[in-house]
Amino acid sequence: MSKHRIELRAAPHQHSGHSVPTIMRNVVYSMLPICGFSVWQYGLSALALLLTVTATCLATERLLNRNANTLGDWSAAITGILLGLTLPPAFPLWMAIVAGFVAIAIGKAMFGGLGHNPFNPALVGRAFVQAAFPVAITTWVPAFSANRFSEFVPTTFTAPLMMPPDIVGWVKQQGVDAFTGATPLARWKFENVTASAHDLLTGTVTASAGETSALLILLCGAYLAIRKFMDWRIPVAVLGSAALTAWAFQLYNPAHYPDPLFVLLSGGLMIGTIYMATDMATSPVTPVGVWIYGGIIGVMTVIIRYFGGLTEGVMYAILLGNALTPLIDQYTQPRVYGTGKEKS
Amino acid sequence: MRLPFFNHTPTFDHGIHPVYHKETGHLPIRRFPFAPKLYVSLEQHIGKPAIAIVRVGQEVLRGELIAKPDGLFSLPIHAPATGIIEALEPMPSDNGEMEMCIVIRVYEADTQEVQVRYPHDLENMSGRELALVMQEVGVAGKGGATFPTHAKLIPPNGCTIDTIIVNGAECEPFLTCDHRIMVERAQDIMEGIKYARRVCGAPRAIIGVEDNKMDAVAALEAALPADGSVTVKVVETKYPQGAAETLITALLGREVPAGKRSSSIGVVMNNVMTLAYMGRLLPLGEGMTERIVTIAGPSVERPGNYIVPLGTPLRFLLEHVGARSTATEVILGGPMMGTTIPSVDVPITKGVCGVLAFGKKDAIPPQIYPCIHCGECVNACPKKLNPTQMGLLAAKREYDVMAEQFMLGECFECGCCSYVCPSHIPLVQQFRVAKYFLKNREKVT
Ligand code: SF4
Ligand code: SF4
Repeated sequence: MSKHRIELRAAPHQHSGHSVPTIMRNVVYSMLPICGFSVWQYGLSALALLLTVTATCLATERLLNRNANTLGDWSAAITGILLGLTLPPAFPLWMAIVAGFVAIAIGKAMFGGLGHNPFNPALVGRAFVQAAFPVAITTWVPAFSANRFSEFVPTTFTAPLMMPPDIVGWVKQQGVDAFTGATPLARWKFENVTASAHDLLTGTVTASAGETSALLILLCGAYLAIRKFMDWRIPVAVLGSAALTAWAFQLYNPAHYPDPLFVLLSGGLMIGTIYMATDMATSPVTPVGVWIYGGIIGVMTVIIRYFGGLTEGVMYAILLGNALTPLIDQYTQPRVYGTGKEKS
Repeated sequence: MRLPFFNHTPTFDHGIHPVYHKETGHLPIRRFPFAPKLYVSLEQHIGKPAIAIVRVGQEVLRGELIAKPDGLFSLPIHAPATGIIEALEPMPSDNGEMEMCIVIRVYEADTQEVQVRYPHDLENMSGRELALVMQEVGVAGKGGATFPTHAKLIPPNGCTIDTIIVNGAECEPFLTCDHRIMVERAQDIMEGIKYARRVCGAPRAIIGVEDNKMDAVAALEAALPADGSVTVKVVETKYPQGAAETLITALLGREVPAGKRSSSIGVVMNNVMTLAYMGRLLPLGEGMTERIVTIAGPSVERPGNYIVPLGTPLRFLLEHVGARSTATEVILGGPMMGTTIPSVDVPITKGVCGVLAFGKKDAIPPQIYPCIHCGECVNACPKKLNPTQMGLLAAKREYDVMAEQFMLGECFECGCCSYVCPSHIPLVQQFRVAKYFLKNREKVT
């Protein structure tokens, strides 16, 4: 003993074993089934899209952090995959590259990297391309087309700065019946037709690459929550408040407003709730704040969907929640032990 | 997470569930041999150091008074072994400073019998007189805070004490000495409680034990006095259940007001080992000469609970229990709040409840990431502080904001926040630095 050097260290000398890379890595793992499902549904185009966006995000992260290799924390990979999953499967690849670059460069690196970004980077990227390429981002293709593993959707390889080719003709050739080219949310909004819960759960509807199967996303989220890599309170708050709001509207006018289950399962709500709203850097840290934050996102999602010009409201609802996070944190400081009054 | 309408084991909010490593909990307490030389520190308690009353070359007997207290908030020191005073010299201590020690060269043929006693007639004493006799025993808080026990028991002016809480939670991982003393010396604990109640005037005492030590609960319950003044309560196994504030909240549902002592809400808290030693030594008139220490950790070959003479140098201790060559860190106390020591020359003092030897891979991984706002630390802090914000402020050295807006002063450095932080930010260490800075700046200006 006496011959050995002993070291001085600050307490505590024991640790939970969780680390940023383990958390992030597990989030990535949990998204792989969703990616797999998406590729199975949409074939080569979806695969190319996911790979392109993720590679772009990783490359951008590496490029903008010359002094330290921050790829090891896996956070850029999450942003990339998540962004890919929220884009339409046949999104032109050059636009996807733009989205990936914007997500990391403007959404994250500009603010100082991991932990310093006020908004979820994937959402920033997605919001940017939504504004820049309004047509491409609402061009949907049918799932399970016969040739999906042998040929790409024509729009995938649009040349940069060119308008994507019209795909209506291509879709006709695929021989898919009754393809409307609209998401369930759009169909509800403009035609007042709601998709069945069964279709929404199993993902046999038109949507972004990774938004289709609500059930699969829920299962992946459950894995994260059980392994304690995700704060379960946020999804519960978001989904709960969204359901409540939708239910209130339905009570008010059952003929016009859809039932809460449709609201929960359709569009990007599920993936947004599980993977974006729970983004640690951009959600509150206080126990009360977490519920308020989730509640705001849930209510706003429904309101934007019902009254906004867009068919989908999750993205903006989450961005709003992100923006409010510092404020929520400030006003929901827990009452410090041994103090009588609530501290602000 | 506490759900309403369920009958819960009493506990406090937040906190953590570390891996407990209580493997030594079933091993009986064993005696430790005398080291050839004992280094008896004069600063084994909080308060003024004791004053040595021996000279170099003098022969002392085990149990003999060798240093007297300097005022009411100080404690005497008794010779842990029979031998010759070899020197009075400064030695390294656990806090890194040099502390005055009485060095005793132990007679080889020494027995473990205590040879000098100072008995009193305790029966007809008032509480105050009893407190002064308690001081002569020299017991300091055994949980690690080392506050002189007699001084803690005297109720401050204007306070009435209604409950003594006896802390048998032992929430720190690895440590099991309190566990063993509850199993093996429950009767001593009851004696100690009796004397403590006489000094502070509390009508009742509650012993709080975590639910991972049910054999201790059984032993205590078998020894309870018949009048029902002492009860045993089982509390949830959770760190830091054994901290004063958390245990009081778990047992009584009261909160200690921020910045005040527990006596302000009528409670004094003592550790089980403190009271066990008080109960055993006080009637005999013996001084504190030894204590029970858990020696454990992944780098110790023969871990266990040992009765160690005070002043035993760690070098001797570790050699004796077979510290492996993998040990790179020696911790005094538990892994959550204990301190690593700079040198194995540090001696055992009254406040050392554990000696742990860790190797490199047992310690916290070194890579630090930026705070990712996961909120784990906020959900772990038993004081309901906001370590996230304080950590960000500490990085910017905004210590005043930490103190004024985030009540830095309430942090008792339990380490829960650092334990859970996935970014491995040394939060507690930052808070310690901030407090140190604020305290010493006040001194300067
Ligand atoms: S060390 Fe301080 S801030 Fe951290 S959890 Fe403990 S009391 Fe809270
Ligand atoms: S646990 Fe660490 S990373 Fe998480 S909020 Fe606290 S300081 Fe930040």
